[in-house]
Amino acid sequence: MSGYLLLEDGTLLRGRSVGADGAAFGEAVFTTAMTGYQETVTDPSYAEQLVCFTAPMVGNYGVAEERLESDGPHAKAVLMRRLGGSEWAEWLRRHGLVGLEEIDTRTLVLRLREAGAMRGVAVSSEDVLSPDDALGRVRATPVMAGQALVAQVSTPAAYVFRAEGSPRVAVIDYGTKRSILRRLATAGASVTVFPHTVGAEELVAFDGVVLSNGPGDPEPLVQEVETVRDLLGRVPVFGICLGHQLLGLATGHETYKLPFGHRGANHPVLDRRSGRVLVTSQNHGFAVAPSEEAEATHVSLYDGTVEGFDFPGLRARSVQFHPEAGPGPHDAWPLLEAWVEELRA
Amino acid sequence: MPRRDDLESICVIGSGPIVIGQACEFDYSGCQALKVLREDGFRTIVVNSNPATIMTDPGFADRTYIEPLDPESVASVLERERPDALLPTLGGQTALNIAVALAEAGVLDDLGVELIGAKVDVIRRAEDRDEFRKAVESCGLRVPSSRIVTSLDQLDGIEVPAVVRPAFTLGGHGGGFVWTHEELRRQVEIGLAESPIGQVLVDESLRGWDEFELEVIRDRADNVVIVCSIENLDPMGVHTGDSVTVAPQMTLSDEAYQELRDAAAAIIRAVGVETGGSNIQFARSRETGEVRVIEMNPRVSRSSALASKATGYPIAKVAAKLAVGYTLDEIPNDLTKTTPASFEPTLDYVVVKFPRFAFEKFPGADQTLGTQMKSVGEAMGIGRTFSEAFLKAFGSRELDPGVPTPWATLDDLPDDLHPWFRAEIEKAKAELRSGDLARAKRAGFGDDTIGQVLGMTGLEVRRRRHELGLRPAFRRVDSCAGEVEAASNYYYSTWGESDEAPPTGDRPRVVILGSGPNRIGQGIEFDYCCVHAAQTFRALGYEAIMVNCNPETVSTDYDTSDRLYFEPLSPEEVLAVCDREQPVGVVTQFGGQTPLRLARAIEEGGYRILGTPHDAIDLAEDRERFARLVEELGVRCPPWAIVSSAEEALRAAAEIGYPVLVRPSYVLGGRAMRVCYDDEQLAETMAAARGQVFHVPGLEHGRPDPADPAVLIDRFIENAIELDVDALCDGEEVYIAAVMQHVEEAGVHSGDSACVLPAPSLTLAAALEVEHVVKRLGPALGVIGLLNVQLAIADNVVYVLEANPRASRTVPFASKAIGVNLVEAACKLAAGSTLAELALPVPRPTQVSVKAAVLPFARFPGADPVLGPEMRSTGEVMASAADLPTALAKAERAAGRPLPTSGTAFLSVRDEDKPAVVAVAAALAGLGFQLVATEGTATTLRAAGLSVETVAKVADARPGEDTVVDLVRRGRCDLVINTPQGGGARADGYLIREAAQIARIPCITTISGAAAAVHAIGNARAESALSLQERIGMGA
Repeated sequence: MSGYLLLEDGTLLRGRSVGADGAAFGEAVFTTAMTGYQETVTDPSYAEQLVCFTAPMVGNYGVAEERLESDGPHAKAVLMRRLGGSEWAEWLRRHGLVGLEEIDTRTLVLRLREAGAMRGVAVSSEDVLSPDDALGRVRATPVMAGQALVAQVSTPAAYVFRAEGSPRVAVIDYGTKRSILRRLATAGASVTVFPHTVGAEELVAFDGVVLSNGPGDPEPLVQEVETVRDLLGRVPVFGICLGHQLLGLATGHETYKLPFGHRGANHPVLDRRSGRVLVTSQNHGFAVAPSEEAEATHVSLYDGTVEGFDFPGLRARSVQFHPEAGPGPHDAWPLLEAWVEELRA
Repeated sequence: MPRRDDLESICVIGSGPIVIGQACEFDYSGCQALKVLREDGFRTIVVNSNPATIMTDPGFADRTYIEPLDPESVASVLERERPDALLPTLGGQTALNIAVALAEAGVLDDLGVELIGAKVDVIRRAEDRDEFRKAVESCGLRVPSSRIVTSLDQLDGIEVPAVVRPAFTLGGHGGGFVWTHEELRRQVEIGLAESPIGQVLVDESLRGWDEFELEVIRDRADNVVIVCSIENLDPMGVHTGDSVTVAPQMTLSDEAYQELRDAAAAIIRAVGVETGGSNIQFARSRETGEVRVIEMNPRVSRSSALASKATGYPIAKVAAKLAVGYTLDEIPNDLTKTTPASFEPTLDYVVVKFPRFAFEKFPGADQTLGTQMKSVGEAMGIGRTFSEAFLKAFGSRELDPGVPTPWATLDDLPDDLHPWFRAEIEKAKAELRSGDLARAKRAGFGDDTIGQVLGMTGLEVRRRRHELGLRPAFRRVDSCAGEVEAASNYYYSTWGESDEAPPTGDRPRVVILGSGPNRIGQGIEFDYCCVHAAQTFRALGYEAIMVNCNPETVSTDYDTSDRLYFEPLSPEEVLAVCDREQPVGVVTQFGGQTPLRLARAIEEGGYRILGTPHDAIDLAEDRERFARLVEELGVRCPPWAIVSSAEEALRAAAEIGYPVLVRPSYVLGGRAMRVCYDDEQLAETMAAARGQVFHVPGLEHGRPDPADPAVLIDRFIENAIELDVDALCDGEEVYIAAVMQHVEEAGVHSGDSACVLPAPSLTLAAALEVEHVVKRLGPALGVIGLLNVQLAIADNVVYVLEANPRASRTVPFASKAIGVNLVEAACKLAAGSTLAELALPVPRPTQVSVKAAVLPFARFPGADPVLGPEMRSTGEVMASAADLPTALAKAERAAGRPLPTSGTAFLSVRDEDKPAVVAVAAALAGLGFQLVATEGTATTLRAAGLSVETVAKVADARPGEDTVVDLVRRGRCDLVINTPQGGGARADGYLIREAAQIARIPCITTISGAAAAVHAIGNARAESALSLQERIGMGA
């Protein structure tokens, strides 16, 4: 096994390459979801990241077109304890993704949990890059905090995802997952997707605006926050993940980098108003700081971070988790459906 | 929503004796529930007839009733204790059925007892076929279509392929799978003819579909979490208890899995389970993705015990807390401490469960797997990959070589096995063939298996491995895949990874070896002992380290020990745990035969056996050494010989004299034991034994040694009183804890015989002699801890049949009957105390206690339901009363065989029993029973002046004449007494017993058993329930 993962602190984990040849630099993160590997790596929020699956076997059920969350992979490498099927390996190779199996993923997870997310490199073979040469290069890559990554994953031009339907919903694409678009369409909405640079004026004619998920740090996204602020009160807004963080920033909340993020399909979130618990799909490295204010409607039962906002006066709400699932539980599907229903009324 | 304050006391119903389908898992769930309810300040009352459970320990609940589990008995407990609530969801189907019966009879309302955990209408919606179908359909889901057909013109609209199942035929006889409408018609015609009630069920065929189970929990705020998904490897239609299963599910994509998750949540809501766990089973077409909802259990189940062990999420504990008002977000996760119970577990390892079968015990039985469960236990393996977990569980079954079982080898895979699993198993086999040690270990193969490929012993492989630095790493089960810091004490081993959190702390450590999968002859009683050992050593200031692989048990609850290693019980894994833990000692005397087989390897590995050393076991098991010892002590044992061929056997038998008992050494549960009355039978038995492999002292792990088949032949002592003695020994002094008399005569395995404490027919002289013998044996064997001695008394001579320097099957029963915790005492002795220091009270039970065995014959149509030297019972019940007849009658009732008090008794006995049957028949007649007998027995009875109706034997019947079997089948009999003829009596006797079995008529197969039963029928009194605490004079 001459493939390896090297972290900035020098941690070296050996693995066998099953994906493309090469060396992939990025932030090492892990997801605890047990299914949905293809959805995960094609989720644009994983841009510039090396994704470790804690699931013991990955690739068991092959690949399928309808599981793509975007046109192709955004994660830069896939780290697995054991590859579960050849179709998945072929897919990784075809899409140029470095993929390693036989990685001691639990050791990696415990390391990241204790030391926080780290930069690293996943290398298919020592012939490509030796560990000695790699360490310096890892340490030279930028850290995730402060990185604005939305521009590299957003659509270059507006497009219509679903023409017919009511209400008319606009989605600002900071790196949107297709599941968001599909859920909106399933709820009956017409869906138009705009680049992250879109101005508020173009959007206010819609019945509602969804602020999508996306990669990187929300803080440097000054222009995007400005646009959100412009929208508030003029059109109903629904933020998801990064969109939630942008709404937080636009309303005077603070965001910060989580030590190692929330990525998985089992995170319990309490709806403070109803006392109900939602089991949610999550994928975020940044979060909105805990807040006791009434507008913070949802809270993580795991670390108390704000998981949802509701600003009735501004007709704006948001969730940190992924109500569209893909992958993960469908418990929060009704949130999106209810919003669409309200817009229609 | 916090704990309900309107409840003060809660009654929990257990599941009764271990039967196929209801095993230790309900002791585990009951214990968890009682623990949390007590922590929450509730007064707890428990009812369970099974003495071998931890939940019936006097310290586990405020009031413990070891009483029959039927509505009358539970009602009398409720009446006496007046609890505020009844929690029936932790005691399996038994508890649920009783709760429903009590609710429907109005008893709960009358007594003001609230049913918590599941309401009656919910239970009905989950269990009634039609109501369940409606609930499922209200969620937009489907159950498999099914139609009851009584004539051929009811076949319109039935889709093929389909499955035809005739009602009330044995083993599904007359049924089958049909592909076309023509086949359907033909099969239904056959089925209608075969079915005694002319009815068949035509079910939608789900052949080739995959089967999944989801463990769902819901609280009263309507929060729902899925604890675990389980995938079955055996095809749809094989009972999930008999299926190899894996968690988490392996083959479903996210969208397919979420579809099941959504369905499970919708169903638990539609059925209306408000607080607690449910298990929901689905079938899913591999081709089309169509889903059918198979069934739902609105209670904790075997699968939920498995899911709890698989994930570290204690379902029963959480369910109990939910039942008293908490919501999921208010209950902390035990393993992480910081996250709530609403955090769904996520796994970074794989868990595989294998069923353990016992077909070798039931020759003639249909071994086809179907919808009725047949396995007697299970083993679970945890690994970081599927193959690792699979191979661990595969090897943890502890199969005797050559026994018939599904999945016997890695080449015996079911036809419909999902290709993913087949491919993974093939990949693993290729890793083994590679000859590369590291690769084979990482695939999950044990040293012994690798040794077979490399032509080495397991020990040699281990040495080679250690030279290469190849050792396992230990990983934690933490329910969160490492995402949250968890000080979990629950470990498994894997290969090629970093070791996690090696043990710290300076308390001395003791490793306790569990008993592995339940099997006939080794079940919950040994788990009971292991749990007490852990508790005692912890109380003594040691760290207790548990090693076991049985997911059903209390011992594998991570709460039980300081650290739990969920590992196969083989030398390799046990030594690896020892290497890591560096214990001051290893405890092998409580887990039955399994740890004893490991004792030698442990000592050779440089670790000390705590308490009785291994040599004492060898001394007791090695017949020649034992005989010499017994002779030195001046104790008598029946004449014997060790033989290795049929010729030798015949020669030895001629010298010893018939009848003889033939048995292999080192065998628990009387595996392959036979009583032979003549040369012919002996030759037959020896021939059958040739194919068997016996566990012979001096051989590692029961490897076959053709040079030394070592069959033991004993003189079989007839007409003897057989005794079981449980005692403690500190190396010098002996404490006689219990002298129990078997109800059935010698020749019936002690595990299958009812037994009575105190022994009723022991003369003072015999009692003193027994005591004397045991007191000499203990120190002579070098016992430090528990000692079990089996003795026979014939013509006032006391014979020692065998001595077992370890915990016996009767230890929990004896402990509860005399009010002394024998395991605790044994552990203290092992830790260095003397009996004088323990100052145990002299046992003087004021009550008579009876232990009765529960037999699984109904599950094995085709096997002869007769008692013999081979043990076949799966479990036992206990009943205590002021006198023997009352206790015996209650025990029979608790065992599900209530004795009739009037009606017709049928008698047919072998010639040897004819003199004795007269008294039995006379007593029955005196009680007002009509007597019916076959010719021979009838003649004897008439000669004694009894009035008896004669009925024809099957073989002798004229055409059209009613035979005894017809009589039994028609329910014209209330009691059957039928003792088998010595040899080959599979004709009439067998048919009678089988018919009684099917008609659920008590069938007694020994004359001593019959005498005891008749005595009980005549003399049993009505006695109100009394708690164990009151019986043994313990304040509560």
